[in-house]
Amino acid sequence: MSQSFDVVVIGGGPAGYVAAIRAAQNGLKTACVDNWKNPDGKHAFGGTCLNAGCIPSKALLESSEMYHKATHEFASHGVKVGTVSMDIGAMQARKGKITSSLTSGIAQLFKSNNVTGISGTGRLLKGNKVEVTDFDDPKKKEVIEAKAVVLAAGSEPVELKIAAFDRKDIVDSWGALDFAEVPKRLGVIGGGVIGLELGSVWQRLGAQVTILEAMDNFLFMADQQVAKDAERQFRKQGLDIRLGAKVTGAEKGKTGISVSYDDKDGKQKIEVDKLIVAVGRRPATRNLLDDGTGVQLDERGFIKVDHECRTGVPNVWAIGDCVRGPMLAHKGSEEGVMVADLIAGKVSEMNYDVIPSVIYTWPEIAWVGKTEEELKKKGTRYKTGTFPFAANGRAKAMEAASGMVKMLANADTDEILGVHIVGPMASEMISEAVVAMEFRASAEDLQRTIHAHPTLSEAMHEASLAVDKHAIHAINK
Amino acid sequence: MSIEVKVPQLPESVQDATLVSWHKKPGDQVNRDENLVDIETDKVVLEVPAPVSGVLKEIRVKDGTTVGAGQVLAILEEGSAAAAAPAQKAAPAPAAAPAPAPAAAAPAPAQPSASAGNDMPLSPSVRRLVEENKLDPSQIKGSARDGRLTKGDVLDYMSNRGSTQPAAAAPATAPAARAPARSGAREDRRVPMTRMRARIAERLTQSQTNTVMLTSFNEVDLSAVMALRAKYKDKFEKEQGVKLGFMSFFVKAAVEALKKYPVVNASVEGNDIVYHDYWDISVAVATPRGLVTPVLRDADQMSFADIEKTLGDMAARAREGKIGIEELTGGTFTITNGGVFGSLMSTPIINPPQSAILGMHATKDRAVVVEGQVVARPMMYIALTYDHRIIDGKEAVLTLVSIKESLEDPARLVLGI
Repeated sequence: MSQSFDVVVIGGGPAGYVAAIRAAQNGLKTACVDNWKNPDGKHAFGGTCLNAGCIPSKALLESSEMYHKATHEFASHGVKVGTVSMDIGAMQARKGKITSSLTSGIAQLFKSNNVTGISGTGRLLKGNKVEVTDFDDPKKKEVIEAKAVVLAAGSEPVELKIAAFDRKDIVDSWGALDFAEVPKRLGVIGGGVIGLELGSVWQRLGAQVTILEAMDNFLFMADQQVAKDAERQFRKQGLDIRLGAKVTGAEKGKTGISVSYDDKDGKQKIEVDKLIVAVGRRPATRNLLDDGTGVQLDERGFIKVDHECRTGVPNVWAIGDCVRGPMLAHKGSEEGVMVADLIAGKVSEMNYDVIPSVIYTWPEIAWVGKTEEELKKKGTRYKTGTFPFAANGRAKAMEAASGMVKMLANADTDEILGVHIVGPMASEMISEAVVAMEFRASAEDLQRTIHAHPTLSEAMHEASLAVDKHAIHAINK
Repeated sequence: MSIEVKVPQLPESVQDATLVSWHKKPGDQVNRDENLVDIETDKVVLEVPAPVSGVLKEIRVKDGTTVGAGQVLAILEEGSAAAAAPAQKAAPAPAAAPAPAPAAAAPAPAQPSASAGNDMPLSPSVRRLVEENKLDPSQIKGSARDGRLTKGDVLDYMSNRGSTQPAAAAPATAPAARAPARSGAREDRRVPMTRMRARIAERLTQSQTNTVMLTSFNEVDLSAVMALRAKYKDKFEKEQGVKLGFMSFFVKAAVEALKKYPVVNASVEGNDIVYHDYWDISVAVATPRGLVTPVLRDADQMSFADIEKTLGDMAARAREGKIGIEELTGGTFTITNGGVFGSLMSTPIINPPQSAILGMHATKDRAVVVEGQVVARPMMYIALTYDHRIIDGKEAVLTLVSIKESLEDPARLVLGI
């Protein structure tokens, strides 16, 4: 007997589970098929984000930040502690508790929203059928029918042939969250979001961290003024960032892993105890589609979709990391909401121009909209306003008065085109800019909006004023 | 699936239309019923809504082009899936009556209570610009979420104003009186008339040359109407859900008078006089694009509340340019109110093929003699311009007297006397 649903979502990460809940809220009979397996062999919803990405990494960032403060900042506050030591086991246990409470929370949400959660591997067959391979018994297969199918298969870390994962010393981002002790020397291939976040966690816990980045520019996708400022701060903290470094091999020896790379000065070599490979993620679309479904992949394995996440095959949709666009949980979730609404016949759209990006380091980096480089390239006439946290009272009190808020606005219409922050709590501060931009606010709109004192958000206010050279607490250049 | 977006059916009396402006570019995503393009006919600006949601693939006709009914304007690529879309929603249906309509003369909106499109919240910068420049935000097209105004929209509006925005119908000023010479360069600005303005001009000239117009005046003591309104204002609004305005009294009084003197409600066709046994009252409304005259159909059968509601609704939509041609054509008699702008007296121009028009004016407290005593009363001059070819002075004067009597003693409206 085959089950049938209005909507079957393949993938239970932040795109898939959100789509499933929304579809059920829209009155559709919905199932969500997911095959995430944790090291304990058990299934958990939540995908990479909750199990191996956003949430556990933030848990560790917070712990490492506490340790860093205890060892480096308490004294200046007059807080005296004895010898500070780090219990990595306790830190990891705390992380595990947070992730398991959140992933079991999804199961609860499914229950209360009447979503049928199915643990197993989903695969799209011809004619909107989904084959589910049992989570525990790969021989057990079942076919379920759906009026609409949403593919939300997610993504997986890219592996390098020259530095293949051994899940112990050479690891992906997931493995890097599970180190049982602080590596003495840690190498990170890839100076992107993941490499920086993980590198800075272990660096603050005491590792000597070297980041090898192939590009010549630090954070090439970010606004370069902000990226330069962040780079300077990271280097000051002791992160060894090597740009233009193309890794050529990694070899395990008696004393550690020897990583060789080429840079502008020729062949180089470093030795590390652990190596994190964080060179990007690719869509997890292998084995997702049976022959003849009609769903098309592009040359990099992404499912081809239009602006409303339609695959071109009637009633088959795809969202999240397995389709074009930034691989961000909140982007996938929003696509999930849109698709669930479109399936229910509602009007829905997604504004791809206003998706915030965040790098959770200390200081944090966050931005939304266009970078100055992009505006220059497009030939848009723009104004800029920057405001340093060094002139912000709250940041000073927090002992975090470095970085800045930078705002870019259209020179003719004053519309805010981009906001870039490097500094304390940038991830929280960026939301103000996102809301403003979603409503297509002008810099003047923020200028005329009262910001509480003393807060970090005042830096946003001052940056908007600086756009018109009216910053109160900084010299307008 | 590709769908052709066409010019909606135009009424017989309308030959063609001008494409005013596209609101979308090729490649833009559009939602069903979202306005794609404005088309201006002689009478009204029509919106052409997207028949389905999708992507605007191709624009076939540029701004400023003259287009005919059924002509393909653009190609829309329908978004492939879902959305239980009901039948394509076309723009307003063709007018039932072939009679053309607009262009009553005196500047004059009705007195609708609803303010059009003003309830959209404004952002701080927009509030500042509107205040500083004394702008009416409802006249500016918003491009942000749900049609909200961005600062850029307002700046754009301000820099374009004058060249594309026709001034609201204002009484003509004497062209001879030039401003005193100023130092520096003096400039003339030459702006082509919008299609609607050109049509208004043409029809007014036609009216002036083809009819024999004469205006008769009277004055009305509005204290009875005001007392009635004051007494029942709150109760009426509570019961009927609309404010009790003056206009309903005037419409009712006019209908009663027209019933008594049917020729005033008639029209001339060749050598025939066509009497209408229905009373469709056109009411002049000022809009940003010029004067239009929505029609209250079968006004004799409407209650006061019906009249107020219908007028409020039509006036609001007329200002937003969302009124259909069929709602603007085929009246048998027009009422125009110059009083809202403060006019004390005027001679309105007939709206052909109608034969008469009633002009309302400002209500002022004036000293009048009542039963041998000089007392202050709220007085209004009323004017009736009529086509002397078929209406004699006696009928015109008695029509005005009937209107005056109904308004000074509104009980007559109830009793039909």
